[in-house]
Amino acid sequence: MSLLTVRDLRVVIDGLHILHGVELDVAATGVTALLGRNGAGKTTTVKAVMGLVPRTGAITFDGADITGLPTHRVVRRGIGYAPEDRGVFAHLSVAENLRLAERDPNPAYDLVFELFPELKQRHRQPAGTLSGGQQQMVAIARTLLNGNRLVIADEPTKGLAPKIVTEVADVLARAAASVPVLLVEQNLALVRRIAGRCAVLADGRTAHQGDAGALLADADAARRLLGVGTHHATPGGDSR
Amino acid sequence: MTAPLKRWWPLALLLALTAAPYSALPLPGLLDGPLGSPGSLQLIALCLLYGGLATGYDLLLGRTGLLSFGHALYFATGLYATDLAMLDLDLDLVPAAVFGTACSTVLALALGSVSLRVTGIGFSMVTLAFAQAGAILVQRNPGGRTGGEEGRSAPAQHLPDALVGIQNTANLYWIALAYLVLTLAVVHWTTSSPTGRVWAGIRENERRVEVLGLRPYGFKLLAFTVSGTLAGAGGVVHLLLTGGATPQAAGSDATLALLVMVVLGGSGTRWGPLLGGVLYTWAAHRLGDLANSATVADLPPVLRVPLSQPLFLLGTLFVAVVYLLPGGLAKLPARLRAGRAPAAAAPATALPEGAA
Amino acid sequence: MSTVVLLACTGLGLGALYFLVASGLSLVFGLMDVLNFAHGALLSVGAYAAWWAATDGHLGFWLAVAFGTVVGTAASVLLELVLIRPLYARPRDQILATVGVGLALPALLMGIWGSDARPFPQPAALSGTVDLLGATVPVNRFVLVAAALAVLLLLRLFLARTRYGLIVRAGVEDRAMVTALGIDVRRAFTLVFAIGGAAASLGGALAGLYFGSVNPSQGTGLLVFAFVVVVMGGTGSVTGAAVASVGVGLVQQFANYAAVPGLGAAGLGDLSVVVLLAVLLLVKPRGLTGRLA
Repeated sequence: MSLLTVRDLRVVIDGLHILHGVELDVAATGVTALLGRNGAGKTTTVKAVMGLVPRTGAITFDGADITGLPTHRVVRRGIGYAPEDRGVFAHLSVAENLRLAERDPNPAYDLVFELFPELKQRHRQPAGTLSGGQQQMVAIARTLLNGNRLVIADEPTKGLAPKIVTEVADVLARAAASVPVLLVEQNLALVRRIAGRCAVLADGRTAHQGDAGALLADADAARRLLGVGTHHATPGGDSR
Repeated sequence: MTAPLKRWWPLALLLALTAAPYSALPLPGLLDGPLGSPGSLQLIALCLLYGGLATGYDLLLGRTGLLSFGHALYFATGLYATDLAMLDLDLDLVPAAVFGTACSTVLALALGSVSLRVTGIGFSMVTLAFAQAGAILVQRNPGGRTGGEEGRSAPAQHLPDALVGIQNTANLYWIALAYLVLTLAVVHWTTSSPTGRVWAGIRENERRVEVLGLRPYGFKLLAFTVSGTLAGAGGVVHLLLTGGATPQAAGSDATLALLVMVVLGGSGTRWGPLLGGVLYTWAAHRLGDLANSATVADLPPVLRVPLSQPLFLLGTLFVAVVYLLPGGLAKLPARLRAGRAPAAAAPATALPEGAA
Repeated sequence: MSTVVLLACTGLGLGALYFLVASGLSLVFGLMDVLNFAHGALLSVGAYAAWWAATDGHLGFWLAVAFGTVVGTAASVLLELVLIRPLYARPRDQILATVGVGLALPALLMGIWGSDARPFPQPAALSGTVDLLGATVPVNRFVLVAAALAVLLLLRLFLARTRYGLIVRAGVEDRAMVTALGIDVRRAFTLVFAIGGAAASLGGALAGLYFGSVNPSQGTGLLVFAFVVVVMGGTGSVTGAAVASVGVGLVQQFANYAAVPGLGAAGLGDLSVVVLLAVLLLVKPRGLTGRLA
C-alpha cells in the first residue's frame, strides 16, 4: 500500500506543458527515489504535490485526495518539504527559521540538535551567512521538527562538498527509519545506498517505476533512462 | 457573419466614420444632437482620440507587459510643448506640432532609459514619480509659461482657419479619426514585426527572452518611446480639439483613466483598447451630464451622492470589470460562446496560493 | 540658523507623515506584491472620519484621531477581505482593483462633503508654537514626529517579537516557502493590511492637524511621495522606509526654501525628490536596502 500516489499529474506553466501524465507511488516505509535527467520534471512533480504550482490529476496521500488543497493544508496533513533551493530565509536567524516551521505543540528540537549540533551553536546566526551544507541542515531540520508522515527532499546534496553529502545521506537514512522519504536525487551512488524503490521521469512522464537497486544494477536500463553509466555515478556516497 | 464581412468590417466602419459629419442621423440616448452636429462630432472626436491614446498605451501594458503609471506625462508634453511653441516661439501649427511630438519622444527616451533600470512594480512606481513631477511643474506655472491651474489657450493666429470655429468641427473630427487610424496602424505594424514578437516574449516571460541572447532593455525602451511618441501626437490632437492646454492632462488621474480604458476594453487585443477608450470617454461625458441634471438633483442623498460623481461610478465599474470580466469587453463574445457551449468546462485547476 | 531649525522641524514633520503612509505600503507590497493604490484613499478615509468625529461628533481631538484610525483600519481590512483576497491568483488584477478603489473612494468623499478643503479643528494645546534654538516651530510638527516614532517602535516590536511578525518577515523574503511550512499566509496578509490601514489613517487624522484642513485628494497626493519612499527604502523594510521618509521630507523642505529664479519656489522641493529618486536608481537600481524585486 502506497502512502502517496500520483496519477496522471499534469502541469502547465506560462503556456508550457511541463508535466504530461506523471505516475508515482511512494512506499509507506523507507526511501523512494525520484530520478531523471535535468529538466525531466522532478522538481515540478514535487512542487505539484505540495500545491506550489497549478496542477491537474489525482494526488492521494494516506487515502485522502489532496489534489485541490492549498500548500499549507498539504503540509498540515503531515508532509515536510525541503525544496531544491533549500528555501532558507536568509535574513532570519537559524532559530527563527526553525521556529517558523513549528507545528506540533512539542517540536522535536532534541532530535534536530542531536543530528545537527552545529545548528544549536549557530542558532542566532542569520541563515544567509551559513554555508550551503549548513543551510541544507536547516532545511532538513525544519522537516524533522514535526511528527511528519512523509518527508520530501528535493536534491538535498546538490552543490555540497563530498564530506557534507555523506553527512546529509546519513541523516536521511536515519530519518527514513522512522518516516518515509521521497528523495529527488542526481547522486546515484547515494540513491543506491539508501533508496528502496524508485521512479524515473523523462520528458514530463513516468518512464519507469521499480526497485532502485535493480535499476541501477542494470547498466543498459540505467543508461537508457538516466543517461549515465552507473559506474560514472558521482562520488560522495561512494567515498565512505 | 460571412467571411468577407468579417474581414472588411474595419474598413466599412472607417468609411462610415469618415462620412459621419455629412449625416443628420439622430441617435437619441447616445448623443444629444444628430450625428453630424458640431456637439456630437466634438464628443465622437474625443472618443476616437482616447480610443487612439488607449491603443498606444496598450503597446506598453498589453503588448510588452509594462505597467506604466506615467503615460499622461508624454501626452501632456505633446500638448503643452505644441501650445507653448505657438505661443512663445511664434511657430505655426505644423512645426509646433512636430516640435511638441518630438519633445514627447525625447522625454520618453530619456525617462524611459532611467525608469526601465528597475523592473516589475518598481518601474511602475518610478514612472508615476516622474509623471507626478511633470504634473507639479505644470501646476506651479514656472515663469508664467504653463498658466498654472488655468492652463493656456491655443493662439488662434497660428492655427489654420479651417481648424478654428464651431463650423469647422468636422475638420477636427477628421484629424482625430486620422490620429486613431495612425495609432492603430503603428501598433498593428510594430506588434507584427520581429520586434513585436520580442515584446510578446517579454510580456510572457522576460527571462526566456534573455536566455535567447536578447537584451530586453532595448526592446522595452523602444516600446516606451514609440508609445510616448504616440501619446505626444495625441496631445497635439487634444490641443486642437479642446482649444488649449489644461493641467488635468498631466495628472495621475489621466494615466489611471487610460489604464481603466485599456482594461475595460481588453488589454493586449487589437480592438479592445479602442473600444474601452471610446466607451469610457462617452460614459464619462454622459455621466457628467447626468450628474448635473435635475433628475439626479432631486434624488435622495443615498442615490444622488454616488450618481453625482462620475469618477465614483467609473472606479466602481472598473473594479467590477476586473472581477467579472477578466480580459475586458473584447473577450466577452468568446466568454459568452464558451458559456453556451455545453460541458466544455476546463478541468478544475488548483491554483497555488502564495506563489505567483 | 532659526530658518534652518524651522525647515528641519517641518521637514521631519512631513517625513513623519510620509512614514505613516509608506510603512504600511511597504509591508503590504513586500509581503504580497500588491502595490496598493487605494492606500492614499485609506488616509483620506481616516482624515474625514476624524474630522467628522471632531466636528459633527463633538469628540475631543485624541478621541477623534482614534476614531479615524479605527475607521481607516476597518476599511483596509474590508478592502483586503472583499477585493484583494479573491484575486490572489491574478496579481496584476489586484493592483488594478486597488486603482479602481483609489479612484472611487475620494470621489465618494467628494460627493458627500464637497471638493473644498474642510478646516480641521485644532485643539488649543497643539495649535501653539514652541521656541527651539531661536526658531518658532508649530507644535503639530512634534506631534507627527512623536506619532511616527511610536508607530516605528511598535512595528519593530511586532516584527521582532511576535510569531506573526516572524511570518511577515519570512513572507517578504519568500512567500511560497512560508506556505510550504504549513502556515496560512493569508492571515498575515489581512494583518498587514490592518496595520497599513491603521498607520495610514492615523497619518490622515494627523495630516488634518498638520495642514489645518482635510480635502478628498490629500491622500492621493501624499501617496506618490510614499511610493518614492518605498522605492528608496526598499520594499518590506520598515526601517528603510523610516530613513527614506526623513530624507525625502528634509530634501523637500530645504529645496523648497532655496528658490530658483524662473521656477516657482514651491515646485522645486517636489521636483528634487524625483531627481533624488532618479539618481538613486541609476546608482543602486535595487533601492537602498537592495530588496526591490
